[in-house]
Amino acid sequence: MTKKMAIIATKGTLDMAYPPFILASTAAALGYEVQIFFTFYGLQLLRKDLSSVMISPLANPAMPMPVPMPVFVQMLPGMESMATMMMKQKLKKHGVASLEELRELCQEADVKFIACQMTVDLFEFDKSEFIDNVEYGGASMFFGFAGETDICLFV
Amino acid sequence: MNFDKEFDASGMSCPLPIVKTKKSLADMQSGQVLKVIATDTGAVKDMQAFADQTGNTLLANMEEGGKFIFFMKKK
Repeated sequence: MTKKMAIIATKGTLDMAYPPFILASTAAALGYEVQIFFTFYGLQLLRKDLSSVMISPLANPAMPMPVPMPVFVQMLPGMESMATMMMKQKLKKHGVASLEELRELCQEADVKFIACQMTVDLFEFDKSEFIDNVEYGGASMFFGFAGETDICLFV
Repeated sequence: MNFDKEFDASGMSCPLPIVKTKKSLADMQSGQVLKVIATDTGAVKDMQAFADQTGNTLLANMEEGGKFIFFMKKK
């Protein structure tokens, strides 16, 4: 019988965007049937344009920095963009796929994307800003699949 | 070792070598052999785990000039 995995993606920052797509694409390659339920800030990962998915050194003391940076410096305007740019360069240098590529690999491998209807409405997101082949549904719909999975993760 | 197709994953990091190995196998026939070249050190254990979980056979793996070479026989 086909193994199944469900992931609940709730975060919309660059560092937290990777795990759902990495795990989903890998599981699909291993033959799993996979669904990702995107809710709250995780919905940002469904946007066609992922440039708003960023990383912040602020309140993120575990983030390795090239030079030690006091918190009051991390607060300055532009620091988020700079940290994001540096992180993206680092990812590219190490041959890590972009979020766009990983997301596309997931879709090619038939990973099903479900957007939480309630949070789409709550944040007044425009569905035309989201990629195609996304289903819209609620928690009950997700549990129909999640209840029968071998692995269920909250990210 | 003889092979039917080659996939060069040099420079790619996890999970690309595995995900794209799977894609490379997709249009191959059962029994055919795929040669995979990778530089990601994690690929050594991942490729074996991929074989174990998908039923494809890892015929051989070796290190050559800092690169890892795998021969995967399609189920």
